[in-house]
Amino acid sequence: MNQILKNDATIRWAVLGFFVLAVAGYFMEAWVQNNIMFGLARGLAVLGLMVLWRTGLISFGHALYFGIGAYVVGLVDRNFGISDIFLRLFLAVGASAFVGFFLGFILRKYRGIFFAMLNLAFSMVLYGILVKVESLGSTDGFSVSQTTILGWTPENKYALFAAIVFVCAVGAILVQCYLKTALGTLTTAIRDNELRVEYLGFSVARAIHLKYIMSAGLAGASGALLAMALGQVDPDSMVNWPVSGELVFITVMAGPGSVIAPFLGGVAFEFLRTYAFELAPEAWQLIVGATLLGIIFFLPMGLWSLLERIWKRRGVSS
Amino acid sequence: MTAVPALRVTDLCKSFSGIMAANNLNVEAADGEIIGIIGANGAGKTVFVNMITGYLKPTSGKIEFQGKDITGIEPRNATHVGVCRSFQVSQVFMSMTVEENLLTALSICKQAGRAMLQSPRAPDLLIECEKLMELYNITGHRDQVASTLSQGVRKLLDIAMAVVSNPKILLLDEPTSGVSVEEKFGIMDIVIQALREQGATVLFVEHDMEIVERYVDRVLAFYQGEIICDAPPAEALINPQVIEYVIGGEHAPNMNASEDAIHA
Amino acid sequence: MLAQVVTILLDGLNYASFLFIVSVGLTIVFGVLKILNVAHGAFYAWGAYAAAFSITQAGELGYPDWIGFLLIFASSIIVGLVLGTILERLVLSRMYAQDEVLIALATFGVFLCLEDAILLVFGVDPYFAYQPMAVLGNVVIGGVFRDVYSLTLFALALVVAVSCWWVLTKTKWGKLIAVVIYDREISQAMGINVSAVYLIVFIIGAALGALGGAYVAPTTSVAPGFGIDVIVLSFAVVVIGGMGSIPGALIGSILVGVLRAVAVHQFPELELFVVFAVMAGVLIVRPEGLFAPPKARTI
Repeated sequence: MNQILKNDATIRWAVLGFFVLAVAGYFMEAWVQNNIMFGLARGLAVLGLMVLWRTGLISFGHALYFGIGAYVVGLVDRNFGISDIFLRLFLAVGASAFVGFFLGFILRKYRGIFFAMLNLAFSMVLYGILVKVESLGSTDGFSVSQTTILGWTPENKYALFAAIVFVCAVGAILVQCYLKTALGTLTTAIRDNELRVEYLGFSVARAIHLKYIMSAGLAGASGALLAMALGQVDPDSMVNWPVSGELVFITVMAGPGSVIAPFLGGVAFEFLRTYAFELAPEAWQLIVGATLLGIIFFLPMGLWSLLERIWKRRGVSS
Repeated sequence: MTAVPALRVTDLCKSFSGIMAANNLNVEAADGEIIGIIGANGAGKTVFVNMITGYLKPTSGKIEFQGKDITGIEPRNATHVGVCRSFQVSQVFMSMTVEENLLTALSICKQAGRAMLQSPRAPDLLIECEKLMELYNITGHRDQVASTLSQGVRKLLDIAMAVVSNPKILLLDEPTSGVSVEEKFGIMDIVIQALREQGATVLFVEHDMEIVERYVDRVLAFYQGEIICDAPPAEALINPQVIEYVIGGEHAPNMNASEDAIHA
Repeated sequence: MLAQVVTILLDGLNYASFLFIVSVGLTIVFGVLKILNVAHGAFYAWGAYAAAFSITQAGELGYPDWIGFLLIFASSIIVGLVLGTILERLVLSRMYAQDEVLIALATFGVFLCLEDAILLVFGVDPYFAYQPMAVLGNVVIGGVFRDVYSLTLFALALVVAVSCWWVLTKTKWGKLIAVVIYDREISQAMGINVSAVYLIVFIIGAALGALGGAYVAPTTSVAPGFGIDVIVLSFAVVVIGGMGSIPGALIGSILVGVLRAVAVHQFPELELFVVFAVMAGVLIVRPEGLFAPPKARTI
């Protein structure tokens, strides 16, 4: 584990990149700061989906864990006045990973379209509950009070921004370490050939279960951060099926190439949406949808592969 | 008292909706023995292999490995006790290179303890990987992605991945199927020599009688889910039943041709 | 008491008929093309908008109200033909070799595009195309007041079900489709124009989705976001019945329709929950659905 931490180039770049971003954020306009904050928060969920995707699984229902994370933050705030970012995160991740642990026993047997659909069904069950239960705010949801950081109440949004950058950096590094272990290499191995993995003596179901819990926890953290960044939770923008669709969209847009890609994808998505909305308020979805199609057709390995290509070309010419 | 056999199969049966794919199979295999399994298509050879390695659950009967009952074991647990297999169609990680394939295989089977949290590029695994590539003569293909390998090399990789855990018993399902005629003997030379060195008991399914004759100590001939002959190759290959139901079925045109030649 | 049972039953059947018309298109497309079409919800919305728009236009131009029925069918066919052809030829026909979930995601992209294209074409204001409903008036069944229009939905569902069954089991076309479902490559080798079969089946599926929307349009206000809920509901129906099975879609619709009607009248807070809980339950117990079509052996 230590070996991996010391020698991995991706981790070095991630640390550098997130550090630069945290500093740069201080000088950004509010709307840019917000967009990046939302994008990074979504990126955490996408990171988990990327691990599943590398294993050959796509979930159309991770809004379930996203929503659990967000609503846990809202509920512990409303009922117990818990406002600390790390305490909120811990509870949100715990709750979503816990649910992921239980549902994982069922889902680890499913593949392909059935995996996608069963996840969708579970997420819609939660949605069905949330929109009807008055005490959970039904369709309107409820607001989340300001986030504090280790007992300190920041005066502007920058503190939250920096904290989110920090959390995302930690998430990226942990997942990178995981992917570099033998357990982590089981992603591609399972996607390529489950039969062989079984015959090598490892339970595919167990490996998938573990990844599923991980993706659930990450989606929970993602929802929690977004709830804090928005100061609000509601079922339609956090649990309904288009939220799951959006997360999968960002996963494909970012590409499976690197643990940094999901955050890049998340931020890119946020800006795409903002600009599309500015350009054509009534047709922003059209632009977003067309982008998705374009990426599926022309950039199947996502934005990250584009960066890699540019990177390599530079390396050759210099 | 004789030593406990490496593999003992007693009254093994498997039926698929009433059809007996395996009917009262009784087999014993000693340590280090190399056994050829022959039979026409649908004779029950692969069903036999699949049952021993846990892919199929037998309807009745018993499979013992070194005296321990392993009937109906999960494939991964079969691997843990030391019963491994290769496949008729090579089962490798298609998007990985030869080296990555072997490293992944090595790190998975060394999962005991905290090894799964190590990098698969740990020094000890790299050394073992090197040895395996050497042994199976695939070092030259180290950085080639598996999907681009020739059938023969992929077959070698498949077998190399089956032996990473040093199995006591290895079942090879048609190790030379899909391999060109020129490659066949080369591959079998490599495989059998490597396995003899490891001292594993080998059972392999084979259609090519030349290969059977050359490499095996004993032949099991299957016909309609039953073993119709269990004898050394010199004896088995001239057994009239075997000629009629197994060899005749496969090589009938050739035999007729040679008969014609004699008459002429 | 009786009135309540009748209400629940009528509501349930009404809802079931509606769900069946929408999901049968989805399940046919899945069965033949092996595509989970998220854009089906957009066909539904387009059908509704096209019908509502043409009916209100016809009303303003002074045509008689019954003309609305013609317009409903005309708009579904046109929407199915135009959008179905565009989507199949432009997007799906290039993707058949890809992973099924990735294709589903691509149709999600199409869904987003079509959702907004509606607003560009028809504007953001809601439409009220009440005329066809007004023509048929009301009736009293078992002491319950009902509009005749929603009862005709039941008849329409029956017609759709019977014609699907007839085409698939009694005609040459049905056999052709069965062959293509069983093995695409062999059908191609046998000289069947698989690409044409795919296109036609997709257009029919799209037209059925549009018909569902068009027929519902007169009973409600047609406004932005019309297709969002329908798509997951028809997913639920199709999954419960067995993806690709038409009898499955029928049973799934009745089950979901009646359950929802019971929930709406007795336990309103469970309205959505119950549908998706059943969907999850079926996936857990019988992942292939209650009526799974036979599968070709893979190993």
